[in-house]
Amino acid sequence: MVDAYFVGVAILTIGTSILALESKELIYGAIALAISLLGIAGFFLLLDSTFVAMFQITVYVGAVAVLVIFTVMLVRTQDLFTIKDDKGRKVGGIILMLLIMGGIGAIFLVSGINNPMFGKPDSKPVDIVEIGKSMLTYYSPALIVLGLTLAGAVIGALALARREGLLKENESVN
Amino acid sequence: MNQLIDFVFVSVILFSIGIYGLVVKRNAVRMIFSIEIIANAANLNLIAFSRYIHNVEGQVFALFSIAIAAAEVAVALGIIIIAYRLYKQIDVEEFRSLKG
Repeated sequence: MVDAYFVGVAILTIGTSILALESKELIYGAIALAISLLGIAGFFLLLDSTFVAMFQITVYVGAVAVLVIFTVMLVRTQDLFTIKDDKGRKVGGIILMLLIMGGIGAIFLVSGINNPMFGKPDSKPVDIVEIGKSMLTYYSPALIVLGLTLAGAVIGALALARREGLLKENESVN
Repeated sequence: MNQLIDFVFVSVILFSIGIYGLVVKRNAVRMIFSIEIIANAANLNLIAFSRYIHNVEGQVFALFSIAIAAAEVAVALGIIIIAYRLYKQIDVEEFRSLKG
């Protein structure tokens, strides 16, 4: 049996993620996506993973959502709102969605994790100290590579979005 | 008391919604939204299994995954902005230059 908090967070997350894809205005979709990511953080709290929940709020709701909203503002034109979805493709997409939902759901229902005693459900939550220890010992090379990847990605994104010739345009205006 | 299967079901539903968005939507920004929803469904699975089989690795991998997703969004939005500058729109069916 699930509790009321779980049901509330599930409805919030799934509802806002549908809204993120189906809302008329792109900017409302971006805000709905931010709320959906917040709902995922709520699930993490429900699973006693406070550190990951805070990380999720910082990175996703704080950085990614703001980045997306700024991009939506930058590329905002009337054309964006006139894109019409193909009716046939939409029906196909909904059928595919239901097939995936039913198929994977049925596999999980008949699998071993449907057993309420799967794993150690009564065990204590993972200690945050253990996460820190494993990140700085066994996974420290991965952490370093991750940092380099992030730096490379940010530099790459900046290099991609750099507007060449902007300086010349400004100079010619002056 | 919530069980593991409840979280897995929410994750499956989010994953299917993301697949629907990827298949149907032609707006590049909406496709990014779909990818984010799918990545979050995967993270939810990692955390749920980490809690129920009492394993640290699930949470560590979820942290790595969140960081990688942030980098991916930055690059994808850079690509969208440059594509918008070239084509003046973000409909992916109009990006024909790389079409085989």
